[in-house]
Amino acid sequence: MAEEKKVYSRTKGIIDGAVSGFCPGCMHSTIHKLIGEAAEDLGKLDKLVRVEGVGCCGLGQFYVTCDETIAAHGRACAVATGIKRSSPDSLIYTYQGDGDLAAIGLAETMSAANRGENFTVIFVNNGIYGMTGGQMAPTTLLGMKATTAPQGRKAEEHGYPMHMCEILNQLTAPYYLERVSCDTPQNVIKTRNAIKKAFQYQLEGKGFSMVEIVTSCPTNWGLSTLDSLDFLRDKMFTEYPLGVYRDKGAEK
Amino acid sequence: MADRVFMKGTEAIAEAATRAGCRFFAGYPITPQNEIPEYFARRMPEVGGTFVQGESEVASVNMLYGAASTGIRAMSSSSSCGISLYSEGVSYCASARIPMVYVNVQRGGPGIGAIQPAQQDYLQATKASGNGGFRMIVFAPSTVQECVDMTYEAFDLAFRDENPVLVLTDGVMGTMMEPVVLPPMKSDEELKELRDAYKHRAIIGHPLGQQAYCRPGSVGTGQEEVNKEAVKLYATWDKDIRVEEYMMEDAEIVFAAYGISARISRAVIKELRAQGVKAGMIRPITISPFPYETFKNLDFNRVKGILDVEMSIPAQMRWDLDYAIQGACPIKECLRSGGQLLTNDQVMKAAQELIKEVL
Repeated sequence: MAEEKKVYSRTKGIIDGAVSGFCPGCMHSTIHKLIGEAAEDLGKLDKLVRVEGVGCCGLGQFYVTCDETIAAHGRACAVATGIKRSSPDSLIYTYQGDGDLAAIGLAETMSAANRGENFTVIFVNNGIYGMTGGQMAPTTLLGMKATTAPQGRKAEEHGYPMHMCEILNQLTAPYYLERVSCDTPQNVIKTRNAIKKAFQYQLEGKGFSMVEIVTSCPTNWGLSTLDSLDFLRDKMFTEYPLGVYRDKGAEK
Repeated sequence: MADRVFMKGTEAIAEAATRAGCRFFAGYPITPQNEIPEYFARRMPEVGGTFVQGESEVASVNMLYGAASTGIRAMSSSSSCGISLYSEGVSYCASARIPMVYVNVQRGGPGIGAIQPAQQDYLQATKASGNGGFRMIVFAPSTVQECVDMTYEAFDLAFRDENPVLVLTDGVMGTMMEPVVLPPMKSDEELKELRDAYKHRAIIGHPLGQQAYCRPGSVGTGQEEVNKEAVKLYATWDKDIRVEEYMMEDAEIVFAAYGISARISRAVIKELRAQGVKAGMIRPITISPFPYETFKNLDFNRVKGILDVEMSIPAQMRWDLDYAIQGACPIKECLRSGGQLLTNDQVMKAAQELIKEVL
């Protein structure tokens, strides 16, 4: 009889037995798992520091096992700058939604990226404010309804969706920028690899990296979980094409 | 032997902080405190520390929040309208009980105000430096030497209490030069020891099961407990009240002044004494906690009137004076603001008017 071998177990990056609290069909819990696995792969769970933004990501604070601090809304990249500069051996990631990173925290995001700060940004883009109940985000698609844009986003009134990978790609300093998703097993693996690569670059002292993860928000999109996936692929991926935008490590 | 040097207020503050072990500074340019970040930009690389020019005051204070959460001695400075932008980060530090030090080199306000010196931020500094009703120890130095000594001590108090400490000074003291004795440089070994003592709660990464977290708030009902703990801390601060009583033994006319206004008042009191007037001064050195008892315990059979001297219009310390003496004697205000400095003549004139009214 063949010997049994354990090939998979829950990451130690998540508290044993903890339930995430995220809505069904939301990809936050998958991303949390992938972050834990990536840090574990690199043997750095004991150096891992999470700088949490404000929004649905706040639900992660009772879910992860690593050191964590909660930044004021939008300030995660500034807080991470302070931590990394004072504790260079720590493996630091910010975990931010689109409102946090691209609206209230735009200056902090751009400036940290421009300084080439040596930490990793995990940017979860679902095109809407989740925690506060479905308000319009900088990444809300044209025509998409939000509680603060009840007729849908209009270009002439609200401007256009912001593309953070493309915007940060205008700067010289960032080392690695990739946009991924978690809608299929293949994409989950790509996201895991992207996070791991970003962490690896940080450990090598390469500087700023961002992994943007385009996700669904069934609750605030007002769609079933399956319809959300269709919307994600049909609409979100069209506006936000997946792929590597910058990888200085691969250029060499 | 102690170093006696001739230094500008802002640079003396930066050097004192460096000697106290400050190894992280983030700040944003604003007059009249630019020499502080500029000094740190030169000095930090010499001692293995970090200087970051933030993209804004908001970013700078949040960098401070992050740096201080790792257990390093960290500081920032700004001025008046810049300090308003610090409210967010200071409130977060107070809520999460993160030890840090910041300096307000006051200018005229409200709004962008004037870039010249004033004492226009008293109520903000002592009562509401951010949302949530937290409190801090606030030092109000009145000489460059006191700027040095209080900045140096502020780090110890911040770590003792795990709470922010504010040094409230102004554009006069920031830009003037005086001889100062600099405190000893803390050694790398001392600093390592201090940082190690904080390690258990430092946000730096820990082995599984020893998670450290910095939470500037609570989900559910936990915040009330956090607030009760903070109140327990504030209740220990009676021992930290500092106040100078100058020529108060027989004083009938009492000047109430802090910081730069106290220096001007001192000169006027000397003149009055030469004229035979029994004048004295109570100078709060900590304006939070405020020396209420010193005012409350005055012998009001002897003390006939108080002259509140402030470079602020409207008067702000007046609220604390009223609370302390509860109408036991008249209070007259002598005020300038918006970068207009008090002169000896103006303070003398106000004192003489008070004397005419009450003596």
